[in-house]
Amino acid sequence: MDEIFGIPAPLLFGQLLLGLINGAFYALLSLGLAVIFGMLNVINFSHGAQFMLGAFVAWMLLEWLGIGYWWALLLAPVIVGAFGILLERTMIARLYKLDHLYGLLLTFGLGLIIEGLARNEFGSSGLPYRIPPELTGAWDLGFMFMPVYRGWVVVVAVVMCLATWLVIEKTKIGSYLRAATENPALVQAFGVNVPRMMTLTYGAGVALAAFAGVLAAPIYSVNPQMGSNLIIIVFAVVVIGGMGSILGSVVTGFGLGIVEGLTKVWYPEASSTVIFVVMAIVLLARPAGLFGRS
Amino acid sequence: MAAPASGGAFEGIASENEQMWGFTRPQLIALGLMLVGIVIAPSVLYPIFLMKVLCFALFACAFNLLIGYVGLLSFGHAAYFGMGGYLAGYAAKSWGLTPEACIIVGGLAGMVLGWVIGSLAIRRQGIYFAMITLAMAQMVYFFCVQAPFTGGEDGIQAIPRGNLFGVIDLRSDMTMYWLVAAVFVIGFLFIHRVINSPFGQVMTAIRENEPRATSLGYRTDDYKLMAFVISAALSGVAGATKSLVFGIATLTDVFWTMSGEVVLMSLVGGLGTLFGPVAGAAIIVSMQNYLAEFGAWVTVIQGVIFVLCVLAFRRGVVGEIGRILKVRL
Repeated sequence: MDEIFGIPAPLLFGQLLLGLINGAFYALLSLGLAVIFGMLNVINFSHGAQFMLGAFVAWMLLEWLGIGYWWALLLAPVIVGAFGILLERTMIARLYKLDHLYGLLLTFGLGLIIEGLARNEFGSSGLPYRIPPELTGAWDLGFMFMPVYRGWVVVVAVVMCLATWLVIEKTKIGSYLRAATENPALVQAFGVNVPRMMTLTYGAGVALAAFAGVLAAPIYSVNPQMGSNLIIIVFAVVVIGGMGSILGSVVTGFGLGIVEGLTKVWYPEASSTVIFVVMAIVLLARPAGLFGRS
Repeated sequence: MAAPASGGAFEGIASENEQMWGFTRPQLIALGLMLVGIVIAPSVLYPIFLMKVLCFALFACAFNLLIGYVGLLSFGHAAYFGMGGYLAGYAAKSWGLTPEACIIVGGLAGMVLGWVIGSLAIRRQGIYFAMITLAMAQMVYFFCVQAPFTGGEDGIQAIPRGNLFGVIDLRSDMTMYWLVAAVFVIGFLFIHRVINSPFGQVMTAIRENEPRATSLGYRTDDYKLMAFVISAALSGVAGATKSLVFGIATLTDVFWTMSGEVVLMSLVGGLGTLFGPVAGAAIIVSMQNYLAEFGAWVTVIQGVIFVLCVLAFRRGVVGEIGRILKVRL
């Protein structure tokens, strides 16, 4: 059990774990993008900025108000989600009747504003956010040491993805959501307030991004660029998975995280580009995406 | 994306049929003003600044060819711009090629890269197209970070401007300015020619209604790819020229922020207008120049301009002027 295919086991499992963690963030973010896109037909380019905002809100809650990790996990998504609702009501909602690309351009601009403001306020270098005391330390799994916090992130991300899936597939509100994604005019005619559903969907998607941001805060240093670096990879994940299926985007997110981790073991030079290579191959072989409906 | 300037905005256009070399009369007047401006400007403003404007103007025109006339939003044009700059810089410094050859090398680099990425991206439409081009451009960025010939974080520095055709020394900024102006004007006229060719008519048909164009028997994918390759090649030319002007090619030019900037320039000037990208490039480059002291606020201001343009000002500066004067510019 010391070596697997000539690779020392601790290295292999360490990178696998790192891959799983990255995959957790890909899954959470692409899930939010898919939910927003399904309902609003807008690709939320400020998703990365809102992810970063979640981490910063957690940091501010701790440093300025002394509110710790556990409350931040609840409060930061609520605050950032409310901010998202404000953006949707005041700006994004004006663009639904126009070409979808305007929504992309608008949210790109919003992302620039949020990121620029964060950089002015906090500088480009990262701010540390401590792992909550309950989750420090590491488990000895026999073949490797597993930092408790990292295990926690993977578990919480999986639970969160499943919860989102359950809400959308198994609840009444989720059935409204799916119906409105298929045919908003008809659902509106049945007396469902579709514009409000769109607002709340956007808020929920943004809150999901902020939640991921809080989870990421203790792992990566909290810095203004943390979102924009991630979101482009998430776009590739979304292209690979297709945005038609919730579980599809979750599976793709985790899967690509693992692929990235394994690439780091066998061919580290390609680890930053492997996801884009996979995207190119999928586009050649299955243009609609692995789980997409064209 | 249907160009915002199309549709009912130009109902009152007179003299639409009076054309000369494919330009309407107002366009001819605007072209004359632009050429006079290019000639006079260096006696008023710094040539270096003007060369930067012209390089970005060509870049934005090339980008606008796709979004404005084919309706394809590429969010990864920095890849062709930056790669053109890198290869031209490398050719000038390591191979000792003459500047005109370096610019051609840059254009070829953009062309090849545009063909590869374009043939992947046209497999999907709309928002996916934008995401694919962005992701592929990010891959090019990571490639440039690691590849030995780009110099990584340092970039390629001290690129010599060399002698044009092996004869004319370009070290003087004014001499260089005339070369850049010539490259820009040739590129601009070429784009205009493409738009007004039968090929350009099919491009516009695809923008307006792709299924219809398909049903008329056009292989729309071929047209889209061709437009993409032309746009990428001209972006490469613009990037190559810029790296010769400044003697440096860096990662900034392949990063996604650069792709965002060229979108912004075209948007501010007016998507789907002939002169819009030029005006937009002048506005954004001036803004970056004069606001440089504000540091990170430039990003915020760019974001605000994005938001304002999308919400309230979708025709852009030139589009609005055209609407007021009831002409197409």
